[in-house]
Amino acid sequence: MQFLNKKTSFNFMGKRKIAALFSAILLLTAISSLVMQGLNFGIDFTGGTMIELAYEDTANLNEIRGTLESNGYDDAIVQNFGSVHEVLIRLPVIESENMADLSNDVVAVLKTASSTEIDVRRVEFVGPQVGEELTEQGGLAMLYALIGILIYVSLRFEYRFAIGSVAALVHDVLLTLGVFSVFQLEFDLTVLAAILAIIGYSLNDTIVVFDRVRETFLKMRKGGSEEIINIALNDTLSRTLMTSATTLLVVISLFVFGGEVIHAFSIALLLGIVVGTYSSIYIASNVVLAMGVSKADLMPPVREDGEEIGEDGSQV
Amino acid sequence: MNHYSAWKNSLVIAIIVIGGLFAAPNLFDDDFAVQVSASRQGNVDLTLMSDIEAALKAKSIDYKGAELDGERLLVRFSDADAQLKAKDVINSTVDNGNYIVALNLAATTPDWLAAFGAEPMNLGLDLRGGVHFLMEVDMDAAVKMALNSYSSEFRTLLRDEKIRYKKIQVEANKVIVGFRSIEHRDQALVRMAREYNQLDIVVLEESVTPSLIASLTEVSLRETRLTALQQNIVTLRNRINELGVAEPTVQQQGDNRIVVQLPGVQDTAQAKKILGATATLEFRLVDNEHDVKDALAGRVPANSKLYQRRSGQAILLNKRVMLTGEHIINAASTLDQNGSPAVSITLDGKGARAFSNVTRDNIGNPMAVVFIESKAETREIGGKMVKVRRQMPEVINVATIRDQLSKKFQITGLDSTTEARDLALLLRAGALAAPIDIVEERTVGPSLGQDNIDQGFNSVMIGFMFVLVFMVIWYRVFGAVANLALALNLVLIVALLSMLQATLTLPGIAGIVLTVGMAVDANVLIFERIREELRVGNSPQASIHAGYAKAFSTIADANITTMIAAIVLFGFGTGAIKGFAVTLIFGIATSMFTAIVGTRAVVNLIYGKKNKPKLSI
Repeated sequence: MQFLNKKTSFNFMGKRKIAALFSAILLLTAISSLVMQGLNFGIDFTGGTMIELAYEDTANLNEIRGTLESNGYDDAIVQNFGSVHEVLIRLPVIESENMADLSNDVVAVLKTASSTEIDVRRVEFVGPQVGEELTEQGGLAMLYALIGILIYVSLRFEYRFAIGSVAALVHDVLLTLGVFSVFQLEFDLTVLAAILAIIGYSLNDTIVVFDRVRETFLKMRKGGSEEIINIALNDTLSRTLMTSATTLLVVISLFVFGGEVIHAFSIALLLGIVVGTYSSIYIASNVVLAMGVSKADLMPPVREDGEEIGEDGSQV
Repeated sequence: MNHYSAWKNSLVIAIIVIGGLFAAPNLFDDDFAVQVSASRQGNVDLTLMSDIEAALKAKSIDYKGAELDGERLLVRFSDADAQLKAKDVINSTVDNGNYIVALNLAATTPDWLAAFGAEPMNLGLDLRGGVHFLMEVDMDAAVKMALNSYSSEFRTLLRDEKIRYKKIQVEANKVIVGFRSIEHRDQALVRMAREYNQLDIVVLEESVTPSLIASLTEVSLRETRLTALQQNIVTLRNRINELGVAEPTVQQQGDNRIVVQLPGVQDTAQAKKILGATATLEFRLVDNEHDVKDALAGRVPANSKLYQRRSGQAILLNKRVMLTGEHIINAASTLDQNGSPAVSITLDGKGARAFSNVTRDNIGNPMAVVFIESKAETREIGGKMVKVRRQMPEVINVATIRDQLSKKFQITGLDSTTEARDLALLLRAGALAAPIDIVEERTVGPSLGQDNIDQGFNSVMIGFMFVLVFMVIWYRVFGAVANLALALNLVLIVALLSMLQATLTLPGIAGIVLTVGMAVDANVLIFERIREELRVGNSPQASIHAGYAKAFSTIADANITTMIAAIVLFGFGTGAIKGFAVTLIFGIATSMFTAIVGTRAVVNLIYGKKNKPKLSI
């Protein structure tokens, strides 16, 4: 079966202004949400305690809240997690208390109050200083990944392509973060890992398109930059959609069957794949085109008559 | 014509065989087991094994087998119930002081596989259940403790040298010594600078009282911190032994943190208590005038107290403490004049003075070293939960005083260098363990662990199935070939994880799932290229050739950039993220091989020899 068995000739670049506007609006929304309400950081970053309990019967959230309140844990947030039997309790960092023992105290209180057995499924405690370090390290990790990629793409292609691919990456990361911010989804360590994976994935996509753009530039004798990029995008369209589809399939399987713990992770990946596919067509190529890439820029450096070779591999 | 040379085909086959071999041990379910290992003087040998087997038979508990595996003894059971019962039986059979009895899971790798060194991969705490602690050593306290002992040494030194000082006080990171006069100060500066080259000693200008400031040099500051960290690691290891954990991990992380992982531990409250306990040391004279038997019968002499030795023997010690561990500055295992193992101990000034007085009067008498752990316990008293500290003294060594002892002395009469080393460790740990705080805890209960395994396995399998079906529909025979490569890719990832004994975590499984999705990308690229070549009218054989050749650089670029992101993830990594990065890195590497070389080998096999084959793509 062939999804696109004739040669397609969508005029992608013809709609690039509309796409640019569309992206700009989304980015603006994402950035203003990030600035105004920020991210709903999980305890990995803020510090605090998280306890997941499984009750034999349906867990009575109000009763649990009451028990916790009467024992002085006023700040506890109690929610169902995954099913009606399971409860997730979050406690913020409390000063001047032995934080590490907090989870045991809370569990002890609830066990005394409950008539049935309680199974402690998971406890996570992160001290405030550890959280701060993670936030810093996480930001640095993203920065290092971007720089590393920028260098590699500059070496393999040309600086305009590097800027194009990094623009697409920043676009993808910002939009994904934006969705987490707008809907106040919890942003924990696994989401950070997902974002870094998105950086890898989105780039993968962009590189494939760029590879084709470069090849088409070198192959075609005639035609303007816009036309050439359009041809390249159409040539790779079938592959772009196929790969996105297979990756989406497994991520959906992760989302549906992977359990509550990696829900946020799979949501981030789902978003990233959709946005990443779109951005490799519209953002990355758009930027390259806007920066005025031409055939001469992509010719492999030839050393004839001792001609100087520019930093970007072009001949001057 | 497309065909691979013999060596290329055999390379593919060799990798499939080796991958299969190393991945195979993961197919066998683990046995429930009880693990017995030696602490202190215990010997894990055939005698112990037959004792335990006899005890199990006496209680008619069925076991699958018992085996000696290096330093440990494993007894296997067919279910968790028998395992738990057996643990109690074994616990009461062996001497608790000398053995650690712990629940464990034992791999059931067949001998012929084990002969190749193939082992199943490790499961992370989130899959098998257990506790992960990140503990932080209070380095300020460690430095302060070091400065405190220097300040008392200064007192002794200055008094001995008859240099008159007004006061000595310890501040944040320095010791300030105030003198009566500038002459005294300068005299002291010369003397102290000669004695302590590990300290920076300078004159404090603009001070009413002539004063000196002593602070640790950069080097000795680093050393002090490092020692504090290492001592704490040693102390933690010793304490974990008490918890009876099968495969604990205690590792340094950064320059002031320690990671403690305890697989299978459920009672985190107890674990926290034991890990957070503080220990001290005491030296006491042995009471030789009274009979231990009388004391055991209840007639304990007024000036003495009953203690237990490590062997379990009772011993009578004087109530008066000769010296406490806080005066110990250092302890190291060495050899005495006769070349037998000993521990050399360095005391601070105050301790040395006190010690020399008592030992002068007691030459020829035996002296005991008592190791006291004080453990915090929350107990219910009068209906309220109260935190109580409980002291657990244990006599770790008894030696005869041969001489008047002072600042430096040796404990001799030890059985082995191992014992000397352990004693030195205990002494150091008891003397200078800087306080520790738990700064991170991640506990996963056994039920969640099993759920994570099931859900992880399911999502990999279902995602995998989706992709398989999708690929066959889209690319027919070529899709089926890509599917073979994908399956091989999974096998190779598992084989690599097992070979390197890496730890598989839930995020690691997510990494595998993601690799499955991305691994087909390489094949999609190749197949789309082949279709393009066919479309422009090239011959099938030329199309296959060109498809692989043209797609290669794209695949390489795409994978290398993803690899960069994965490596950054790994470098940044704390536990969860590292797990994800490891499988992603392995997945990228193996998928490059399977998707390019693997599929090509099969495609060549199917179409390579035919003249004008009709490609099913």
